[in-house]
Amino acid sequence: MFGTALVVFREVLEAALIVGIIGAATRDIPRRSRWIAGGIAAGILGSLAVAGGAEFISKLAEGMGQELFNASILGLAVLMLAWHNIWMSSHGRELAANAKRIGGAVREGTSEMSVLLVVIAVAVLREGSETVLFLYGIAAAPDSSAGLMAVGGAIGLVGGVLVGWLMFAGLLRIPLKWFFSVTSGLVLLLAAGMAAQAARFLIQADKLPSLATPLWDTSWLVENGSVLGKALQGLLGYDAQPSGMQVIFFVTVLVAIAIGMIWANRRMALVRPSPTPA
Amino acid sequence: MLRFIAAAFLAASVSAFAADGDINVVIENHKFTPDRIEIPAGKKVKLVIDNRDATAEEFESHDLKIEKVIPAKSKGTVFVGPLKPGEYKFVGEFNEKTAKGVIVAK
Repeated sequence: MFGTALVVFREVLEAALIVGIIGAATRDIPRRSRWIAGGIAAGILGSLAVAGGAEFISKLAEGMGQELFNASILGLAVLMLAWHNIWMSSHGRELAANAKRIGGAVREGTSEMSVLLVVIAVAVLREGSETVLFLYGIAAAPDSSAGLMAVGGAIGLVGGVLVGWLMFAGLLRIPLKWFFSVTSGLVLLLAAGMAAQAARFLIQADKLPSLATPLWDTSWLVENGSVLGKALQGLLGYDAQPSGMQVIFFVTVLVAIAIGMIWANRRMALVRPSPTPA
Repeated sequence: MLRFIAAAFLAASVSAFAADGDINVVIENHKFTPDRIEIPAGKKVKLVIDNRDATAEEFESHDLKIEKVIPAKSKGTVFVGPLKPGEYKFVGEFNEKTAKGVIVAK
């Protein structure tokens, strides 16, 4: 039972942290809960579909279908997070200031949320499909004490969701002055980390060279398989022994999005100079 | 013919090597056979994992940075290396208690 709880907890954790960050980052967008719930629901449905089609996906691309699938959906999430952060650096402050009054903000908030719905769905899908296969395996075992395992799975699920909620609640306590900097910083790291994970799958599929593996080794500090390692992997793509290619992906995406954010911010400042006379 | 002899020699010298250079690993009753796989250091090697169980397994190695679901009754391919000499642990994440093994790069 405990083993089941731990496996499910580790799987749920990553997705829950991502949902927690996005929930906080979008707190001023109207009707965001509905979008987030939609993303989670889509992710769960997708998990069932991917778990059901696991064999089919595996056989694609000469047996590398799973890796390419994972890399593609991670890549999609990176694009969406990049869009979110760049959008937020031009509209975020204005959105917070005027809260829910502006009709335009509602409309733009909708396109913004549909982008994040995809990110949430992807996060849930990635971890969810593995959880479904794992639980199915337990349920199908002839000697399984299925009841106990179900309890274990439920404990793991609740535990993971709780950590995600703590992330959300903790972020909301950050004063507004720093709030956007903190959440966009987290989303930036999230995107870079996902890019690094996508690189790992492409290396695994033999589509990319790994370049200098490992570049360094911090296993003595935080092991990949530990709960903390898993959490850090979800948040910033932590890998105790990263390959050169993973680091290149991480840095490239980080710098590219940061430049986009600075550019969007400057452009907004030009379009709408501050009301105080110079 | 020469190739056949070379392959036969290779198969005889390193028992875990299949004739074409792929290494076959079987999952049965949530256990890996062989559970100790020797590979040459500094070379990329292809592992073909044959899951004969009725449930899916996830071949996972933190040491090797591999994570791959092998659906029930099917085969999955993973590439390993090039590795520095040493031992690299792997597990079947869905049955961590029994499904364990190690890759030894020499």
